[in-house]
Amino acid sequence: MTIQAARPAPTLTTSMGGERMTVAIGGGWTIHASREMEDLLIALKPGVSGFVTIDMSGVTHLDTAGAWLIHRLQGDFEFKGSRVEFVGLSDKFKSLVGEIESHHPPTWKPRIRGRSIMGLLEATGRQMVEIGKDVVAVCHIVGSLAVVLSGILVNPRRLRGISVAVQFDRSCIGAVPIVALMSFLIGGIISQQGGFYLRTFGADLYVVDLAGVLVLREIGVLLTAIMVAGRSGSAFTAELGSMKMREEMDALHVIGLRVTEVLILPRLLALMIALPILAFIADLSALFGSGLVTWAYLDIPPQIFMQRLNEAVTLETLWVGLLKAPFMAMIIGLIACVEGLKVSGSAESLGLHTTLSVVKAIFMVIVVDGLFAIFFASVGI
Amino acid sequence: MREAGEQALKPGQRSEIEVLKARGVTVGFGDKLVLENLDLDVYRSEILGFVGGSGTGKSVLMRAILGLVEKRAGKIEVFGEDLDKTSPEERAGIERRWGVLFQQGALFSSLNVRQNIQVPMREHMNMSQRLMDEMALLKLEMVGLPRDAAEKAPSELSGGMIKRASLARALALDPDLVFLDEPTSGLDPIGAAAFDDLIKRLRDALGLTVYMVTHDLDSLHSICDRIAVLGERRVLVTGTIDEMMQVDHPWVKAYFRGERALRRAEQDEV
Repeated sequence: MTIQAARPAPTLTTSMGGERMTVAIGGGWTIHASREMEDLLIALKPGVSGFVTIDMSGVTHLDTAGAWLIHRLQGDFEFKGSRVEFVGLSDKFKSLVGEIESHHPPTWKPRIRGRSIMGLLEATGRQMVEIGKDVVAVCHIVGSLAVVLSGILVNPRRLRGISVAVQFDRSCIGAVPIVALMSFLIGGIISQQGGFYLRTFGADLYVVDLAGVLVLREIGVLLTAIMVAGRSGSAFTAELGSMKMREEMDALHVIGLRVTEVLILPRLLALMIALPILAFIADLSALFGSGLVTWAYLDIPPQIFMQRLNEAVTLETLWVGLLKAPFMAMIIGLIACVEGLKVSGSAESLGLHTTLSVVKAIFMVIVVDGLFAIFFASVGI
Repeated sequence: MREAGEQALKPGQRSEIEVLKARGVTVGFGDKLVLENLDLDVYRSEILGFVGGSGTGKSVLMRAILGLVEKRAGKIEVFGEDLDKTSPEERAGIERRWGVLFQQGALFSSLNVRQNIQVPMREHMNMSQRLMDEMALLKLEMVGLPRDAAEKAPSELSGGMIKRASLARALALDPDLVFLDEPTSGLDPIGAAAFDDLIKRLRDALGLTVYMVTHDLDSLHSICDRIAVLGERRVLVTGTIDEMMQVDHPWVKAYFRGERALRRAEQDEV
């Protein structure tokens, strides 16, 4: 037994008898044939005639779409001043037609999206306001963090050690393998590229200076920060965002806990401890990679590499790099948390803010790196 | 959609055509069987209320019928076609003829209500934008939502409005069979009664067959033509509410003749 029935095509024929126009509707008037039904109705031009009879006796199938289109046809005729009457409406469709007739959706207007110079200006203005709001939001969180931190100074037991440890485990220990591997490769690539270039001047040994200074001052910490922004920053935003979507933040408020204290501070602290450690690991593994490559490609044995490195870099070079790490961590964490708190109800907004968090964090990390470069140059380091 | 040559059913009169027929359905997770050798029939144009204790697998059965959970054994026929033996095209044809209201609404959060209702129309039908907009507003009004809800995002709606919008989406293609998973849970008694009334009205107007998982005794009393009780991994008993009152199974007895239920029944008589 199959209930699936063959669907007859919708038909519509008109005939004129004096003043009276007869529209005979037949076949299946269902949503499955909506294009055919619409085409039939477009082809039918409601003329100016006094009386119209809609003969529904041929209708075999009817659903809301068909009933609505017939109802719309009736409306079109009446708008032209005709009198419309229905004949041959089968009993089983009466309740459906009655249901449709009790609803009057408003007249349909196509949506037009305007594009103009004013629209561009408006969008720019809104963007500026958004940036302003971002700055205020960051200040708000920093202020609230300051309050929480001062509370912790008075009463150290309020620091959530376990939370910090869990976050540290996720953002630092979990990131060690990928950060080490990435830096190892970068160290090797810098030495290989720089080494071949320097060899044309017969200065291959200076590749050790190049790699040492570049890695320790800039590349180690910068690449680690970018990796952490992509790894932990996006995770913070997504976690906080989905907690916000599911009213978990509101639950925290109602229980009398501060979101800054419970969620943001542990993450931020963990990240500020994690990034210098990760940057240090990145420095070591980049130098290791560099040493291996110079040995293999440029025939500089490890003893010579170490000796040259010792002359080229000082402890100060390492500190210049590592000093930047906590600041970058703070920027990544703050941006991630601000974006997380901006998530509204939809899945789309969660995705948008996670993307924004990573993009903004990486951009700000590079800007801050530039500011540090200017600062160190002016103090002569 | 109703077909020619078939009489409109009067309330209380039962059609003998099974829209849904499950035989020997067995579903399990790991080494635990949730449903075992379960049989169930749903007849055309009836409202079937499906009850059972929490965790007895009501939602699992619904998900197994919809193909969201793999079943281990058994046969499920919908509209007379065995779901395991259909070609992808036939399967798509069946999916166009059923609508589902999930417990949490499951509206797409990145689309507004109007776009949510239009998703099945846009994907499965060849319709003009004008007709889609008109149909979306019509369905919206049929489920009793105000017009200005059309352009709202799901996150801006209250719980009851989400259920209604989700029902409007389930009804978008004028399905023959709708699955409702706890449609009145989380609604206030007035809202729940209105929702019950709506389902009944739509059944009468559109000839729907309704499969409704519910715990609401009021719904069971007021709109369900037949009730099926799930327990001990199978359908314990099916019948009208009056027949339920006579059943001697302890759980069924406690459910329909417990303190709350009796209070409800007394109100009925008054």
